[in-house]
Amino acid sequence: MIGLEKVTKIFNKGKANQVGAINGINLQIADGEFVVIVGANGSGKTTLLNLISGSIMPTSGTISIDGNDVTNIPDYKRSRWIARVFQNPVSGTASDLSILDNFRLASIRTQPKGLKIGVNEAFKKQVKEKIATLGMGLEKKIEQPMGTLSGGQRQALTLLMSIMDDCKVLLLDEPTAALDPRSAEVVMKTADKLIKDFKLTAILITHNLKDAYNYGTRVIQMGEGCILKDIDTHAKAKLKQHDMFDWFG
Amino acid sequence: MDFYLTALLQGLCFSGIALGIYISMKIFNIPDITTDGSYTLGGAVTGVLLLKHEPAYIILPTVMLAGATAGALTGIIHTKLKINALLAGILVMYGLYSINLYIMGRSNLPLIGTSSIYSWLNLVSDPNQNTFWILSVFVVIITLIIGYLLKTDFGIAMRATGNSETMVRSLGVNTDRMKITGLAIANALTATSGYLMSQLQGFSDINMGIGIVIVGLGSVIIAEAIINWFKITSVWFSLILMLCGAIIFQFVLAFTLSIGIDATLLKLVTAVFVLLIVSLPRLTFNRSA
Repeated sequence: MIGLEKVTKIFNKGKANQVGAINGINLQIADGEFVVIVGANGSGKTTLLNLISGSIMPTSGTISIDGNDVTNIPDYKRSRWIARVFQNPVSGTASDLSILDNFRLASIRTQPKGLKIGVNEAFKKQVKEKIATLGMGLEKKIEQPMGTLSGGQRQALTLLMSIMDDCKVLLLDEPTAALDPRSAEVVMKTADKLIKDFKLTAILITHNLKDAYNYGTRVIQMGEGCILKDIDTHAKAKLKQHDMFDWFG
Repeated sequence: MDFYLTALLQGLCFSGIALGIYISMKIFNIPDITTDGSYTLGGAVTGVLLLKHEPAYIILPTVMLAGATAGALTGIIHTKLKINALLAGILVMYGLYSINLYIMGRSNLPLIGTSSIYSWLNLVSDPNQNTFWILSVFVVIITLIIGYLLKTDFGIAMRATGNSETMVRSLGVNTDRMKITGLAIANALTATSGYLMSQLQGFSDINMGIGIVIVGLGSVIIAEAIINWFKITSVWFSLILMLCGAIIFQFVLAFTLSIGIDATLLKLVTAVFVLLIVSLPRLTFNRSA
């Protein structure tokens, strides 16, 4: 589903503050895999995710999604395949817009945004049903601005929004970093359920080794812009949690 | 009474600017100074075409197109050349001064003997009241169009762009193109204000746009204060309040003049008034905090 070949990303190339954020990574992620990426700060996790989403362009190498070479395609065109959840709940939703409007926009992620009014009673009903599955009682508040909700609620809704339209790849960039433990658990369980139900290919970046241990079918450790460890489903099943803590020892 | 009727008519003329600033400032978070230039541009194009006795169905679209071009130019400079939006607007506004002068051929165009939109229909015998009704219908139509636009899928994407650019891009919207389009719409509305005003006052002047952006800002800020007080979230209500803001603003100016404040101090009074509306909610907030 996702393929990276000899991808490098150098920030400020040729200047005194040149940084090699990604140093020649080769990575193949198969359809339906749920990859968890761990690594210290500055190891290149987020840069890797941004390269896949198209927020930044690689210095060299090629990136493909679903068999298409997307190396030079900007992020807003890669939304055909990719849905994203950001570290900051504010980034994933529009605060001043109602929950309903946010969902409307998400429901046409892969389509052009035209001059017709898409929010109608049928759509409202569909959104209410979707939101009710979270069990947070938010289905009664769909006319409220997104900004009135808590970070945990917004992250959970961002997750739901990702499956409002056809979605193949879900990128989760530390989605629970800004949340309290309980909200974090709800968000992670929701993510896991959606990934399984909709058979999504997913990449999760996390600093929470418990999450890395509990979720995902494959775990990758990054450091210095390279892949240090790549543990597949089989090996991951045998992996103990304290083994992972030792990686950071 | 006539004094306040004139203020009302001017307020209605400025509703285009108010809606334009609402779009650039509130929706896109871009302080768009192009306004000063595109307002005069609207007046200049109107003046020249009226004097050439062009038909009305040509004049208004040309005026809006001219304003849209100015706005799009600011948008392109801001997004493609990555220049600060404020500076981009100032540059276009500054350049427009020469262009406006070139279009007009001289600094002032009296429009005596031309057929303004206010003389299309004679609904009532009093000319001022007649103007009021024609202006009202015009403003209502514009507000309906903008309101509808903001409700569409395109409008939702537009409103979201000023909120969270990362989100909107991840949902498949080219935010650069969205900003350029948004500024084009905003300045088309501003130019329409110039179109309405030059016909109301009966002349186009090269200096008619100087500082006009403050009128738009003032209107939007008044409206915003009301929106915050009553926690209004409806798009329609917000738009109507923008129109009210434009009218209230003119009423305050009319009131200031009527109590005998020297007209030379008008701009200072305006600036202080806008400062007051901006700062009042904050001052009271600080006391309670």
